[in-house]
Amino acid sequence: MVPLSYYMVLSAIVFLTGFVGVLIRRNIIILLLSIELMLNATNINFVAFSHYLNDVSGQVFVFFTLTVAAAEVAVGLAIIIALYRGKATVNVEDLNLMKW
Amino acid sequence: METVAFFYFAAVIVLTAVLVVAFRNPIYSVIALLVMFFHVAGLFVTLHAEFLAAVQIVVYAGAILVLYLFVVMLLNLKQDDSYQRQVGWGIGLGIVGLAEMIYLVLSAQVGNSPAIGTAALQASASPKVAAIVTRGNTEAIGYMLYTKYLFPFEVASLILLVAMIGAILLAKKGVLGMKEP
Amino acid sequence: MKYVLIPLLPFAAFLIIGLCGHWIRERAHWIAVTAVFGSLLLSVSAFIDVAQGEPITMTLYSWISSGTFKVDIGFYIDRLTVAMLLLVTIVSGLVHIYMIGYMHGESGYPRFFAYIALFTFSMLMLVMADNFLQLYVFWEAVGLCSYLLIGHWYDRKSANDAATKAFVVNRVGDFGFGLGVMLIFAIFGTLQYQEVFAGAASQAALTLNVGGHWQVGVLTMICLLLYAGAVGKSAQFPLHVWLPDAMEGPTPISALIHAATMVTAGVFMVARLAPLYNLSPAAMDVVAVTGGFTAIFAATIAITQNDIKRVVAYSTVSQLGYMMMACGLGVYTAGMYHLLTHGAFKALLFLGCGSVIIALHHEQDIRRMGGLKDKLPITYWTFVIGSIALAGIPLTSGFFSKDEILIGAWTAGTLGKTLAVVGLMTAFLTAFYSARLVFVAFWGPSRVDPKHAQHIHEPSPTMTVPLMILAALAIITGYVGIPEFLASVLPGPSGPAETHHGSPEAMAIMVIASLAGIGGIAAAYMIYVGSPGLSKRLAAQWPSAYGLSLNKWYMDELYDAWIVKPTTEAADILWRGVDVAVIDAAVNGVARVVTFWSGMLRLLQSGQVQHYALAMALGAVAILGVYVLF
Repeated sequence: MVPLSYYMVLSAIVFLTGFVGVLIRRNIIILLLSIELMLNATNINFVAFSHYLNDVSGQVFVFFTLTVAAAEVAVGLAIIIALYRGKATVNVEDLNLMKW
Repeated sequence: METVAFFYFAAVIVLTAVLVVAFRNPIYSVIALLVMFFHVAGLFVTLHAEFLAAVQIVVYAGAILVLYLFVVMLLNLKQDDSYQRQVGWGIGLGIVGLAEMIYLVLSAQVGNSPAIGTAALQASASPKVAAIVTRGNTEAIGYMLYTKYLFPFEVASLILLVAMIGAILLAKKGVLGMKEP
Repeated sequence: MKYVLIPLLPFAAFLIIGLCGHWIRERAHWIAVTAVFGSLLLSVSAFIDVAQGEPITMTLYSWISSGTFKVDIGFYIDRLTVAMLLLVTIVSGLVHIYMIGYMHGESGYPRFFAYIALFTFSMLMLVMADNFLQLYVFWEAVGLCSYLLIGHWYDRKSANDAATKAFVVNRVGDFGFGLGVMLIFAIFGTLQYQEVFAGAASQAALTLNVGGHWQVGVLTMICLLLYAGAVGKSAQFPLHVWLPDAMEGPTPISALIHAATMVTAGVFMVARLAPLYNLSPAAMDVVAVTGGFTAIFAATIAITQNDIKRVVAYSTVSQLGYMMMACGLGVYTAGMYHLLTHGAFKALLFLGCGSVIIALHHEQDIRRMGGLKDKLPITYWTFVIGSIALAGIPLTSGFFSKDEILIGAWTAGTLGKTLAVVGLMTAFLTAFYSARLVFVAFWGPSRVDPKHAQHIHEPSPTMTVPLMILAALAIITGYVGIPEFLASVLPGPSGPAETHHGSPEAMAIMVIASLAGIGGIAAAYMIYVGSPGLSKRLAAQWPSAYGLSLNKWYMDELYDAWIVKPTTEAADILWRGVDVAVIDAAVNGVARVVTFWSGMLRLLQSGQVQHYALAMALGAVAILGVYVLF
């Protein structure tokens, strides 16, 4: 049986990959993808704990995470499209009106 | 067998996750993410979460990623997409954070000790939970969703509704006072 | 409770006109006149009550209560108060009516009525006060109203300057007044009149150490400090300089505030506090000498002034000196008597001046008047009555009150005899200048600007009726027995003031005073009517004396050189040296440093979402690190 800590380390790696992706990429779509990575990392954790604690609640929470992810994607992509229509760019560095 | 499966899935997940961030072309990133989702679903199967594995494939791979691909292709982006100037900082922070997390996991000794095993928890869990375990995974989730988590379930449906309306409003031309292009 | 309404009616009028003046406009006088006549009726009722019975004491509410410091708003209405109430409400009422005609069509009509209602309120509260703090507060309030009304035409620089001067000069005196009130509280522990009067005798021996080696009686100190306020308010030498300048205000204001009521507040205060002053002979002497000196000093100035209002203004200063002198010599009844008669005939004179000024389109120089006798008959005759009352010609009210003062002075010791002589000389001068005013302004050939000469006519009845009523009062007030009415509440230093009308000395003084008055008029007749040009020859013969008088003894120049200039120069040095160089520089320096650093810090706000995300990530990793390491 695989120890729980393995899953946790895997989850940490995936989460931090998404975390780094948010910090280093310029394409706003990739930023959203990175957020998906982070959400999946938490899902892995939830399911692993659900299995090891033998409690289905963890899986129910993954279900809710999926819901929120779907909502986030729908709204996020809509925002991106609206932005692209206005500024013709998906580069976050160009979206810097909120300064000084 | 279980261990082999875990390492296979884990290796592919990590690799594809890194590729998602590393690819310069968004389409490659999305494809890499697709591969990763499938392997996450496989990992779920090994953890006896069959229903979630199915949902993972249907919702994530089927719906969400298609939406991504759709947008990426719709916008028809230029391919050369360099990294941020703060790339060094980002990766450095990632490594430090990873080190800290692994240290935490290892020092906490979670899951390594047999005390927190199925048997121990089954003993402490309520009779209802124990009863659930004996049924199938899908039934158990359904039971929980419509009993204990009924209210969050309804809230989730509301969130989806709001997101749907929001997405339509945002993406539609001429709404919210935006000029026609 | 009807007494409460006496001051509150004008106050209500002030509030209504002041707040709604924009909509009331030319109807403002209806409210103000109604209110002041309501006060007048209530004052008459109060007069009847007090004349028949005891003084009225009432406490309205507790104003300040802090430890042992307790001050109430209350009324103390005795015979002295009702006399003042009647004076204030009658003159105020008549002036209100007069102003309807005088101010017609002027800008700021409702504002004017609002202020004058406020003044009436303050003055009534002042005379009805039953404690020193209330007296002090409304003492300042009438000063404020005076300031506001002198500066009524605020677009005129001279009016603004005069208003400021009146305020600042009064401030000098009021500073002393404030100190006096504090000293009273320190010594007596209370500010109620009655309690202070009751405790005064036991404190008479107490002395204060002033400046290290002068022992001054504490009562003397209090009286002198309070008197400093009276010197400012009643325009006594050396703080008289504001009153002539105050003539910049509308003439009815001069009549009400600067002749009949506010300026007499100082005299009233001394009379009100007679029990205190009686215990301090030194303070009494100071009051008497200042008063006597002011009387003759202002009279010498009045004889050469050419502005019709200034002549009357200096005459007011002189007459106030007379009243002060009487109070200082302990004949309070005579002082108050003269105050009341003077209130009538001086208001009359001022309103007469206003009538002339309006008829001549704001011409105030008597050298450009003349020959108005036939064109302004009502104004002329009322003015003559006012003038002979002022001059103290027999059978007028001024004659009786002036005699009262002179006889009282003669019987009050050596100092009194000296001052009585001064008073007689002043009487001569007074008669001279008031006759001069009549002769030059109303008699002789017309020297009016031909442009206006055709349009000279009597003003509207709203102006002439008050003149006639006041003219009647200027005669009648001599016969209604005011001294006898007041004698019971105004004890002299040695029991109730006695008058010695029967004695041969008194008869002699009466005759001499009458002769002085008639002589003054005769001299004026000789100089200005009998042989025109004589005045110029006299002026040429004694140029220095003439110049001294014409330039008001150079008091203004003296103040300017010794006080105003050094003050402004010191202020200038402080402004440039301290304010700009040190304080402003420090403030600006702080601002500049803040600007610099905020300019640096705002660069953090790059607008790049990922910069913020990086900062958050740094924080998260750091917190995790802290958790891991410790």
